[in-house]
Amino acid sequence: MGGAARAVKFLGDVVAYFTSASTWSGADGIVHRAAEHTGMSVLAVLAGVVIALPVGLALGHTGRGGALTISVSNLGRAVPSFAIIVIAASVFGIGAEPAFIALVALAIPPIVTNTYVAIDGVDTDAKDAARGLGYTGGQLLRRVEMPLALPLIMAGIRTSAVQVVATATLAALVGWGGLGRYIIDGLATRDFVEVFAGALLVALLSIATEVVLAGVQRVIVPRGLRRAAVGGAGAGGEVATLPGVAGAGHGAKR
Amino acid sequence: MDATVAEMLSAADPWIRWDWVASHGDVILQRLREHVELTLITLAIGLLISLPLGVICWRFRRLYPPVLGVTGVIYTIPSLALLAFLIPFTGLTTTTAVIPLVSYTLLILVRNVVAGLDAVPAEVRDSARGMGFGRARELVAIDLPLAIPAIFAGIRIAAVTTIGLITVTALIGEGGLGQLILDGLYRDFRTELVIGTQLCVVLSTVVEVGFRGIERALTPWAGRRAP
Repeated sequence: MGGAARAVKFLGDVVAYFTSASTWSGADGIVHRAAEHTGMSVLAVLAGVVIALPVGLALGHTGRGGALTISVSNLGRAVPSFAIIVIAASVFGIGAEPAFIALVALAIPPIVTNTYVAIDGVDTDAKDAARGLGYTGGQLLRRVEMPLALPLIMAGIRTSAVQVVATATLAALVGWGGLGRYIIDGLATRDFVEVFAGALLVALLSIATEVVLAGVQRVIVPRGLRRAAVGGAGAGGEVATLPGVAGAGHGAKR
Repeated sequence: MDATVAEMLSAADPWIRWDWVASHGDVILQRLREHVELTLITLAIGLLISLPLGVICWRFRRLYPPVLGVTGVIYTIPSLALLAFLIPFTGLTTTTAVIPLVSYTLLILVRNVVAGLDAVPAEVRDSARGMGFGRARELVAIDLPLAIPAIFAGIRIAAVTTIGLITVTALIGEGGLGQLILDGLYRDFRTELVIGTQLCVVLSTVVEVGFRGIERALTPWAGRRAP
């Protein structure tokens, strides 16, 4: 068979894989694996937000500890997510808990950095005006700094979410489920149809995450501020925000 | 007998066993070499594609948004998935590893090439025209040299990104520091895991610091303003 014929036959096998009912149901079915992957990612990002947002707000509001935060975050960027997952498994054993812990650890840095940079970068005149109006520190944070910083904070959460979804794929390597299972299991058994199908599902989920969060960002951010949002619309906006060029925190490619 | 079991347990526990490191220097060096080689191949091909593509996008502005869109979507796809896409077609080969790695550098490099060319002051370009420079000569002698800080910043970011991503290509047998991490996982041996991770961080840091030095040396006129 020629290369083209083989490719056509292969794609036929992939279609057959997706049209088979057993592919979709059961503990190893796509429905269950996709739910695992999405559920784990949502929980990890939420936990990341709960931990990282207050830290970033406090750092940005007081204007202290910024350099340290960025350095720590940059160092974290250099640690491959693959290594973080494996280290978590080595410490906490195999399964859902180590995967969750690793994903939360990955979710935190982009949110802290973006929140810090966003709050710290709020126009000084706006802050002075609010203080002149007699705003307390808390009022200043809630009514002036947070709304103005929202586009960048949301960008941080989005970066973080895309990274988490990508890295959750690798968690299959340390015995957890999710859509990465198909790729890892397929590689182990040389079942390349399964590998390809898994890749397709993971890619779709990642792109969907990006698109959905871009939509959320557009809805949440007040109209007057939308122009300020870095990147703005579409897939691959903030993911690619360049460190050193944009100045804001960003995520590493996972 | 009991002492041996206890010894084995305590021996399995430590994060790093220097005796293993000392006796496996050749393995570690080989993994490091594989990692650096794959990084260099990726950057070379990435630059070979991105430099002309960036110039074209800058000249013919209408092409820039679609190029950004396509490279952006590719960038969103997780590394393991992009690898897995190619395996059925290119097998468990270096080609399969290099294609995704290069694809990820495109977004970073093209953006920085265009940003660098955009930042060339109009007056400088006008002076070049006034001195009778043609378009091609202007590009080579004026625009590209002035875009060097941004292009180098792009290479630096792409390099650090690639160094992290290459760990995943160990899964398809490409070696590198990811292989140490993978072996550490399969053998439940933390020393390999720690050495692999540490060397990745060290390599990224060396590249980061080294490239910033090169950027400064190449652009003496930029002073401390370089990005």
